[in-house]
Amino acid sequence: MKQEVSKKEVLIGAIVAVFLIAVIPGLNAFTPAGSSLHVSDFNINLWGQYLCLAIVAVSIDMLWGYTGLLSLGQMLFFSLGGYALGMHLMLMIGKLGQYKSDLPDFMVFLGYTKLPAHWEPFAHFGFAAFAVLWVPGVVAFIFGYLAFRSRIRGVYFSILTQALTYAACLLFFRNELTLGGNNGFTDFKTLLGFDLGTPGTQRGLYIASAVALVLVYALCRWLTLTKFGKVQRAIRDSENRVLFSGYAAANFKLFVFVLAGMIAGLAGALYVPQVGIINPSQMEPAKSLEAIVWVAVGGRASLIGPIIGAIGVNGLKSWASQAFPAYWPIFLGAMFVVVVLFMPRGVVGLPAQIQEAWRRHKRAKEATAEAAAAATQVPKDSQS
Amino acid sequence: MMRPYAQRSLLFLAAVAMTFASLVYADESETAARQSAARAILAPESEQATIVQDMAANPSPVLGPIFEAWQRSQVYIYEAPDGARIPFILMPADGSASKAVRIDNGEPLVGPDGAPIVVDETVMKPAETFAKLRRAMRSTMDLLALADPAPAIRQSAILKLGMKQSPEALPILNARLAKEQDKAVKNGILDAIALINLASPDPQLQIDALNQLKKSNSIPSRELVAKMAADETLSPKVRAAASSTLKAIDNHLFWVDFFGTMFRGVSLGSVLLVVALGLAITFGLMGVINMAHGEIMVVGGYATYLVQCVFGSGVALAPFGISVNLPGFGFDPNSGIYQSYFLFALPVAFLSAAAVGILLERGVIQFLYRRPLESLLATWGVSLVMQQLFRLIFGPANAPVYSPAWLLGSFSVGDVIMNYNRVFVIIFAVAIVVGTSLLLAKTPVGLLIRAVMQDRTTAACMGVRTRKVNTLTFAFGSGLAGLAGAFLSQIGNIGPSTGQTYIVDSFMVVVVGGIGNLIGTVISALGIGTVDQILQTSLRNPVIGKVLVLVGIILFLQWKPSGLFATKGRGLEN
Repeated sequence: MKQEVSKKEVLIGAIVAVFLIAVIPGLNAFTPAGSSLHVSDFNINLWGQYLCLAIVAVSIDMLWGYTGLLSLGQMLFFSLGGYALGMHLMLMIGKLGQYKSDLPDFMVFLGYTKLPAHWEPFAHFGFAAFAVLWVPGVVAFIFGYLAFRSRIRGVYFSILTQALTYAACLLFFRNELTLGGNNGFTDFKTLLGFDLGTPGTQRGLYIASAVALVLVYALCRWLTLTKFGKVQRAIRDSENRVLFSGYAAANFKLFVFVLAGMIAGLAGALYVPQVGIINPSQMEPAKSLEAIVWVAVGGRASLIGPIIGAIGVNGLKSWASQAFPAYWPIFLGAMFVVVVLFMPRGVVGLPAQIQEAWRRHKRAKEATAEAAAAATQVPKDSQS
Repeated sequence: MMRPYAQRSLLFLAAVAMTFASLVYADESETAARQSAARAILAPESEQATIVQDMAANPSPVLGPIFEAWQRSQVYIYEAPDGARIPFILMPADGSASKAVRIDNGEPLVGPDGAPIVVDETVMKPAETFAKLRRAMRSTMDLLALADPAPAIRQSAILKLGMKQSPEALPILNARLAKEQDKAVKNGILDAIALINLASPDPQLQIDALNQLKKSNSIPSRELVAKMAADETLSPKVRAAASSTLKAIDNHLFWVDFFGTMFRGVSLGSVLLVVALGLAITFGLMGVINMAHGEIMVVGGYATYLVQCVFGSGVALAPFGISVNLPGFGFDPNSGIYQSYFLFALPVAFLSAAAVGILLERGVIQFLYRRPLESLLATWGVSLVMQQLFRLIFGPANAPVYSPAWLLGSFSVGDVIMNYNRVFVIIFAVAIVVGTSLLLAKTPVGLLIRAVMQDRTTAACMGVRTRKVNTLTFAFGSGLAGLAGAFLSQIGNIGPSTGQTYIVDSFMVVVVGGIGNLIGTVISALGIGTVDQILQTSLRNPVIGKVLVLVGIILFLQWKPSGLFATKGRGLEN
């Protein structure tokens, strides 16, 4: 009983994917700077970041929109992925740092003379790239196993995930963790031998982000179509019935939680070289909540909604925090309240919502018209 | 919160007031003291130190301020037209000019015509002092402090003498011991004598001294005793006595540390309790996740700040570029009525936070009772808006809220230091918990609240206006948060993002305590507070302690998933 993907959807998806992966970077690389079609290097970098955030939004949607698990700590996994790649990038700086040492600058500053043992494997790109997935995965597995095993649900789960990211944030602020303390990692120079300062490398990172987004989208779309996706939604709608039907709901939830954590880690790893810094403030509980806003605004329980939400809200943020820095948080908060209260299905669900409202309105009008007609008929009948 | 500047100026004012009082009620010993002080000031440099040292025999409270002024170069000498040299100090007078007061008799300085002499302090040359003289003054002041009317000052002076270990102080201490009435000070003198005897060449005296210190568990002597226990030139008997004393003191120190940690833990737990209690009402009883709870708490803190400003000289705020002036009553900061502003601030904080709570419930939460996750998100949006509003209205910096003088300072019980404000927190928390549980258990309103929380539909069928009760409950929970904010302003900072630092902790308290149960909240707040303090003291690292507490909570929920005291229900979803 597999649901089918319509040909139309595949076609539109392919067009959007080609546009994101090939057309935009093509416009950046092959059109002259003055042309109206030209996409500037700055915009390529900015859009690369948006696409990474969109990947996180998709992972949140898998949890919240499809499984009913509102995780308030998704940016923790994002940061863990970012830190994992960041460690590799820090080691790649080599003697180009301020202290001209093989050690990262902050270690020289803190008086280390030797690289700590757990840093050594990160000198290999392959290990770091793998750690981008397994570190968030393992953390998600341990936390998820404990949480789901004792059937922590609903708001309790949300609050605990928030506590988890809060604890991690406090921990990462410490220098003892050998992860740069509150300054985190920055001043990256090269990735796989490419200079991170050149437009070409940034374009490559953009393309990598776009490909990752398309693949993550395709994977999640495929998952939601399978029987697994059905169980996922059943858990969201009534977990107890799923339990009584003999499914180990906890295992399904654990799988989704770990998968979402790994997706977020991947997004973080792509984000860090583009934005050039990773520090513990990414793990602050407010950041994760902000990511929830993207999903809510775009529309949850549809995979395209979070992508639209992440890009839209962040685009708005880039503009508004320049134009009205003092009022942007008020606007963001108010937008969130309005979306939660009046647009539970987000921007994507808005057309359907309007249609429904219109239909209801029409039906109500017809009903009143009928009642009015009936009311005028009654005296007529009684007159005759 | 200690405010050193305010404290120092208070001390100074007290000193001035004491001098003033002594000006009015001069008695004979005082006159003698004043005259010898004047003599000392006018004496040739070679004799000054000796005169000052001799003055210790004739103690008078008036000498302290004079020496103080002399050391600070605030004593001047007036050359009268008839050639007499009169030392004087300047007293702040009612007008702008300072009043000159003669040191030898405490009378105002007058010229030959009987009119007060107006002195320009900027051109006057102060009476000079030099290092030896200042040292003499200090040691005389230490000895004078032995006769101070305040036992605490006597205590510290005695300890200071003892720590110097100079045998010359022995006769003075013995003389004081005969006169001393206060029991604690008496023990202090015995300790000080023992401390001095530690340095004596007679082993028997040393052993007696060690036994005395062992009996009194004297913490300040620990270092000296430890040195003796390790000193190989001393006789084995003395060393054995020293190490047994050291053991006793260390043991005592352990318990002092333990109770000190417990006390700090309980007071931290009380802070958490006061913050979490409002949350226990809205989240625990109503099932509403209010992420703006921290910001409602901050409303209470800012209300306290505004009341303080209104009691003082008023405040000007500039929200959205419009300036708003709140005129003040202009009470003197030292007057009793200004000091009591905090008592007026409490109801204001409660009511303003409750009003914000009503707005929030009517405006947002009432639509989301059936959707707890959504209420969490919407209230987070509200908290974001509120934080930014605080920033726009009150500025990004913390609001300067001053504690009334009666909340500053500390007292000690058996070497365990207890700060008044921490004790106040505990009393306050107890009062609020008792008040809240009485309200819920004994009043008709409490009955309605409990009825609606237990079974909304049945309560509605019985004619309870559930919507009204919801609003009321939410307002009450928010008001409690406001009280927490008022109280927090006394021990911490109030700023736009203060609420964020408490929200995670207070949710933890409610979750661990169990939903819908005030006792659980009390126990979990005190437990989390104490464990946090113990970990912080033993690990000497506040962050790791905090992280361990959070990890501990996650593990605790493995064992008791619905908290310490779960309300048992038969529903599957409970």
